[in-house]
Amino acid sequence: MSTILDALRGPWPWYVAGPLIGLTVPLLLSLGKRFGLSSNLRHMCAVVPAARRNAFFAYDWRREGGWNLLVFLGIAVGGFVGGVLLANPEPVVIAESTSRALAEAGLTVDGALAPAALFSWSSLFTLPGFVVMVLGGFLIGFGTRWAAGCTSGHAISGLAELQWPSLLAVVGFFVGGLLATHLVVPLVLGL
Amino acid sequence: MATTTPVATRTASATSIGFVARYLAIGAYFGFVLVKAEVLSWYRIQEMFRFHSFHMYGVIGLAVLVAALAIWSVRRYRLRSLGGEPIAFRVFEAGWMRYVFGGVTFGLGWALTGACPGPIAALIGAGLTGFTVVLVAAVLGTWSYGQVRARLPH
Repeated sequence: MSTILDALRGPWPWYVAGPLIGLTVPLLLSLGKRFGLSSNLRHMCAVVPAARRNAFFAYDWRREGGWNLLVFLGIAVGGFVGGVLLANPEPVVIAESTSRALAEAGLTVDGALAPAALFSWSSLFTLPGFVVMVLGGFLIGFGTRWAAGCTSGHAISGLAELQWPSLLAVVGFFVGGLLATHLVVPLVLGL
Repeated sequence: MATTTPVATRTASATSIGFVARYLAIGAYFGFVLVKAEVLSWYRIQEMFRFHSFHMYGVIGLAVLVAALAIWSVRRYRLRSLGGEPIAFRVFEAGWMRYVFGGVTFGLGWALTGACPGPIAALIGAGLTGFTVVLVAAVLGTWSYGQVRARLPH
């Protein structure tokens, strides 16, 4: 019993977690749906009556995206079960070299899933916290709709469907990620 | 539940309990795995973009492999959904600019926040409620794209 609980608390190695994440695709296909989560950001706009003045958001969000918004809500439930009820009691372990690089940039690794110094409510009123949360979030929402997909729709579904546009988008994700990690993050942590 | 539902209404109605439960359950499964895989961790994303660990590459690589096997089977054997409908795949429009420019923009946000849309939801559920700010900002980002999209290269 305790070994099962220990296994559920995780963390899970890549060769267990990877296939389990991939299984989401056939689960949704069995219901006739394609795995892609960033559309939900558009559906959330379409829910707001004022936003529907723009034709891009004037569609039947219940019909188009009701199922996907439920998946999105479910993810939060799964996050609660995995991150609160069955939380891993140990701190998140990362590579020594990453800890060192972050320390040099001025951030102490705190063992949480995301650093409280950047993502807590109080850090919203610091310059680095504000930039990371608000600017970072904005870029996610803007970029994913421009690219017509995110990590799920392009990197998982799109690559698995062998679509060229998805490969282009994933290369773009990576270029942007490298720029942010090596240029923007050190800059922001120094603010 | 499903046995008592008349066939005619089985497929769509967004108000039926079965419909809601199915998608919530798939989301919950995915969210749980995201936490256990730690792929929603800002630190893990930093590790990946610094090439200090194989973890993220292994997770994404195997996820794509499993998804590709499923999609290949659907195409090869013309599998249908449980509801009996043929499974249609989305075909992305041709061109490259939207994928490259949009992709780079998204990538900047991914590395800054250490999260993408799915992980944002999981992190909020896991008690990192500050990520609701990231979610609101992301919705505003999508809304802004909708306002200026006619003037952007696609």
